[in-house]
Amino acid sequence: MMNRNKNFGRNLLTFAVVIAAYAILQPMVLAGSVSATLKGMLVPICAYVAMALSLNLTVGVLGELSLGHAGFMSVGAFAGATTAIALQQAVASAPLRLAIALAVAAVFAALVGFLIGIPVLRLNGDYLAIVTLAFGEIIKSIFNNLYLGLDDRGFHVSLLEDRTGLAEEGRMIIAGPMGIGNIPKIASFTGGFILILLCLAVIFNLVNSRQGRAVMAIRDNRIAAESVGIPVTKYKMMAFVISAAMAGAAGALFSLNYSTVVANKFDFNTSILILVFVVFGGLGNMLGSVIAAAALTILPEALRSFSNYRMLIYAIVLILVMLATNNPTLKMLIGRTIPKRKGAAESA
Amino acid sequence: MGFLGFLISGISLGSIYAIIALGYTMVYGIAKMLNFAHGDVIMVGAYICFFAVSKYHLPPLVGVLAAMAVCTALGIVIEKLAYKPLRQATSLAVLITAIGVSYFLQNAALLLWTSSPKVFSNPFIRQTVNEAGKKIKITGFQLFDGQLRISYVTVVTIVVCLVIMAALVLFTGKTKMGKAMRACSEDKGAAQLMGINVDTTISVTFAIGSGLAAIAGVLLCSAYPTLVPTTGSMPGIKAFTAAVFGGIGSIPGALLGGLLLGIIEIMAKAYISTQMSDAVVFLVLILVLLVKPAGLLGKKVREKV
Repeated sequence: MMNRNKNFGRNLLTFAVVIAAYAILQPMVLAGSVSATLKGMLVPICAYVAMALSLNLTVGVLGELSLGHAGFMSVGAFAGATTAIALQQAVASAPLRLAIALAVAAVFAALVGFLIGIPVLRLNGDYLAIVTLAFGEIIKSIFNNLYLGLDDRGFHVSLLEDRTGLAEEGRMIIAGPMGIGNIPKIASFTGGFILILLCLAVIFNLVNSRQGRAVMAIRDNRIAAESVGIPVTKYKMMAFVISAAMAGAAGALFSLNYSTVVANKFDFNTSILILVFVVFGGLGNMLGSVIAAAALTILPEALRSFSNYRMLIYAIVLILVMLATNNPTLKMLIGRTIPKRKGAAESA
Repeated sequence: MGFLGFLISGISLGSIYAIIALGYTMVYGIAKMLNFAHGDVIMVGAYICFFAVSKYHLPPLVGVLAAMAVCTALGIVIEKLAYKPLRQATSLAVLITAIGVSYFLQNAALLLWTSSPKVFSNPFIRQTVNEAGKKIKITGFQLFDGQLRISYVTVVTIVVCLVIMAALVLFTGKTKMGKAMRACSEDKGAAQLMGINVDTTISVTFAIGSGLAAIAGVLLCSAYPTLVPTTGSMPGIKAFTAAVFGGIGSIPGALLGGLLLGIIEIMAKAYISTQMSDAVVFLVLILVLLVKPAGLLGKKVREKV
């Protein structure tokens, strides 16, 4: 009972931080008192936060390292942008179209996650990581060579070269390495905010449920979990598919913020970037993921005054933080102060 | 003849992957960490050799030696500064640090040497005088009445790879340090109790891996001559894949994995599709791992309950 209360408090704090950030930023955006750079970054930040939450579900809660998470983002980005373009006439309201695009993207990414999960989740540890990396690269290659057109006879798909045979008035949606162009920029900060809240709600509900406890039992000791009758593959798959769906929705949000999107945007480096957010924020710590994703997306922009040196500084900060957080002396110092705080929380 | 030509260039590319994969596999075997900065050490090695040869007009062999010296030192420094403090940390923390080092090397290279591509001059050429008395450069030789062209780089790459492999097998099998390495990869704690200096052993492993990376960098840029700060990352990922393919931690596995990966990549480019060759490579990797989850030559570790 005690434990549930503690979780509940932390979950509430996470929601409070996200809502407070929105409540402060949204009026400022409406009033126009936010710099153009920050305003342009709000939606990508939301997308990265959702990505970090999604990956934290896989790495922190499920305990499997995924190095190909950008692949799901890619599937979501392409599915979402395609949906938004296809529904441009049918659905007039932009927010509704955004919601539909995000939902379609989540479904597609979940489907891909399921298909990839069948082979991937049979493996363990570093081998699982390398296979997710491989799938990420395969997805990138496929989207780089995919041609998808839409005319009044429906969708036309071809791989490698443009053999779609579109009618005159048809529209080429995905043009191989050129990606998708002329995307309606319907993504909004509010939409991103709602997506983050949804992701948080799903994760917290999952973690506090019977299924979530089974997933975490598998993470802590797979053999022990199996021996008490937990169907390991089923629960691993469940967490993986949910994570993929979130990544898909985040990808759709990301793509609908730009007028063009190409497959190479979602490469290995993007997967790594998201992983950095998750590890920085702390495994299994959702508030940490939210803050780390937002801070590390802004950091390179904030360092813009250092122009060429900014990525160098970013790298140094990354290394130093990892060294500092894993330093035994520092850990001991923090360990001395933290129990006091914990004691205070328990007595309150 | 086409097939034979593709096979030879596949083996050549595979040899480069194998040399890089050795760095990954040795470090993984001993330190149990994925050293993602390894690909960028390759890039540094290639740049050092490029400047030694084109700017200071040193002979290519001296350039290669200089690159090896710098990369070896770099490997040791990286290990001491970034990885050694994390010996007790989780593997994920070490992974992120390695990524940080990789970013650092790439961006330092970007600042030092700019993003404009350097054209690496092929050191493996022979100069002769043709009938008209003009100097010409010959980059390779021909077999079967000119039906099969083999460049000197290809031959040198394959020979160098085989020599390195033989030397490493001898080194790990016969020398004291080699035995210490094998002992450390088996059980670090027990090795320490037997009087082996684990820290030195790990440093030596990094030094050897980085020195090999320098050679791989020079060979890679001799075969594919554009050099930019991100040159190392894709071959790094591929070589890492090769190491896993052959069974990570196993030196013959790195050779086998590297060669197969190179051949598959060139064959896929030749017969299936140029753009989709990477996808084919990774698909084969996935299929192999599904059948043999520890790689081709990897040891299957029994789970103890």
